[in-house]
Amino acid sequence: MAELKASMAGNVWKVVVGEGETVTDGQDIVILESMKMEIPIAAEQSGSVKELKVNEGDFVNEGDVLAIIE
Amino acid sequence: MSQSTKTTLNDIVETIKKGGSTKYHEKNAEKGKLFVRERLQLLFDEGIEIEDAFFANCTSEGLPADGVVTGIGKINGQTVCVMANDSTVKAGSWGAKTVEKIIRIQETAEKLQVPLLYLVDSAGARITDQIEMFPGRRGAGRIFYNQVKLSGKVPQICLLFGPSAAGGAYIPAFCDIVVMVDGNASMYLGSPRMAEMVIGEKVTEEEMGGAKMHCSVSGCGDVLAKSEEEAIAFARRYLSYFPTNYQQKPTPVEAKDPASFEKTLADIIPANQNAPFNMYDLINRVVDEDSVCEIKKLFAPELITTLARINGQPVGIIANQPRVKGGVLFHDSADKAAKFITLCDAFHIPLLFLADIPGFMIGTKVEQAGIIRHGAKMISAMSEATVPKISVVVRKAYGAGLYAMAGPAFEPDCCLALPSAFIAVMGAEAAVNAVYANKINALEPNERGAFIAQKREEYNQDIDIYRLASEMIVDAIVAPNDLRAELTSRFAAYNSKQLTFTDRKHGVYPV
Repeated sequence: MAELKASMAGNVWKVVVGEGETVTDGQDIVILESMKMEIPIAAEQSGSVKELKVNEGDFVNEGDVLAIIE
Repeated sequence: MSQSTKTTLNDIVETIKKGGSTKYHEKNAEKGKLFVRERLQLLFDEGIEIEDAFFANCTSEGLPADGVVTGIGKINGQTVCVMANDSTVKAGSWGAKTVEKIIRIQETAEKLQVPLLYLVDSAGARITDQIEMFPGRRGAGRIFYNQVKLSGKVPQICLLFGPSAAGGAYIPAFCDIVVMVDGNASMYLGSPRMAEMVIGEKVTEEEMGGAKMHCSVSGCGDVLAKSEEEAIAFARRYLSYFPTNYQQKPTPVEAKDPASFEKTLADIIPANQNAPFNMYDLINRVVDEDSVCEIKKLFAPELITTLARINGQPVGIIANQPRVKGGVLFHDSADKAAKFITLCDAFHIPLLFLADIPGFMIGTKVEQAGIIRHGAKMISAMSEATVPKISVVVRKAYGAGLYAMAGPAFEPDCCLALPSAFIAVMGAEAAVNAVYANKINALEPNERGAFIAQKREEYNQDIDIYRLASEMIVDAIVAPNDLRAELTSRFAAYNSKQLTFTDRKHGVYPV
């Protein structure tokens, strides 16, 4: 089980996958919007999305957990 | 010389060359660690050629060479000095003669004006010898003093094969570059055992000071190597970009074309400024094939710092990476840039800045981490650099981001722009918001969209890159596919640049 964390502070612009979906290492899970830039946050391992911790529009700080992948 | 003394000499030499006892050799081999003399064999073109104080402590039992090999050999045909711990002798710990040997090879490197490599694998001070090796004029402190004195005069490289604990951790800290072998190398002031005793923290060795941690989190490590062989090969390659000392220039090699790609540079730069783009794709289309030698790849990857060659000439590249954290500068990336710029400038390696930057990060996290002073450190190092300095605005360069990436006010030899360049205090979205927030709020909701779109359009026209070229803010607009040719001729032209930044003692650095 791995926690996918925000690499920087920003707003959740898009949640690209749904809970239960199978994802591969390097696949974008969430796209943040920060400093007017799109910041893709990719899975660091393959597995399935156990839980999404954020909704589109949420503010997240650096290090906040976005999703749990197992 | 009589036959009997000759035999004795040979016997003693052979014994010393073997290092410590067999069980320590075996223990090291299990961890994938090579014997110090094997490491030196791989490091040098033709092995170590000159060795001094080989007989140090030879009259004491079990202390061959006093646990360190110091001497001279050649790398890529260039003379270099080396000190290499022997961890089969008292775990590579420092006795009085170990320290004296290290000090002497530093003095030799200074006199000969040649690079010095530190092959570190040491448990630290020998407490039993502390009065002789720790506090005095030629105690271990002098090693660090000498490192500081040598810094910027000759390249200093640390290859970390094992521990470098407590005071010993400062050898890597004062080197230009630290290569750490994953799994074996470690650095810390206090070991996990000591941390548990003194502050009650329970932590693993890897978390405390492992190679991965230092190369990706603390930034104390520059290059993570899978094996000792890889670390040694890296050091040999790294040195090929550097002159022997600060009074010489790096030697060019035969020019190579960039690697070939189906898509040209013009094809890969996204029109949308806010969309991520992989800066490595640009770098690989501009530099000679296989010439990238990246430093701190795993640390603060939103900024790329790499040695490379353009038309055979070494250059140091500082490039924003929009694919990571939007290419925004953080405290760690600014710190990384400052060290790299200083390294290149010290040894006459020209600098190339590739800007695609929304600015410095904002928010409480980074303010508390001191982003302002780390940013100032980068800008200070970049300002003081007197090597040929070219700034290329690839896409956006907003706010202090333009300044940090050697913008026009910072004496680059030229500031080039690609047609996709966008130079402004901030992007159109943010600017229109900042200037017209009250007006937008006062408008009927159905009128807002058109108003915002119109103001953004006006704003973008105001900062149009051709306008900036017309105002002579940028020196040239270059077609992406001509960038390499432009850089080649400009770096060649700037090669004779002579500039002294100042005659003062030194600035008060915002470190």
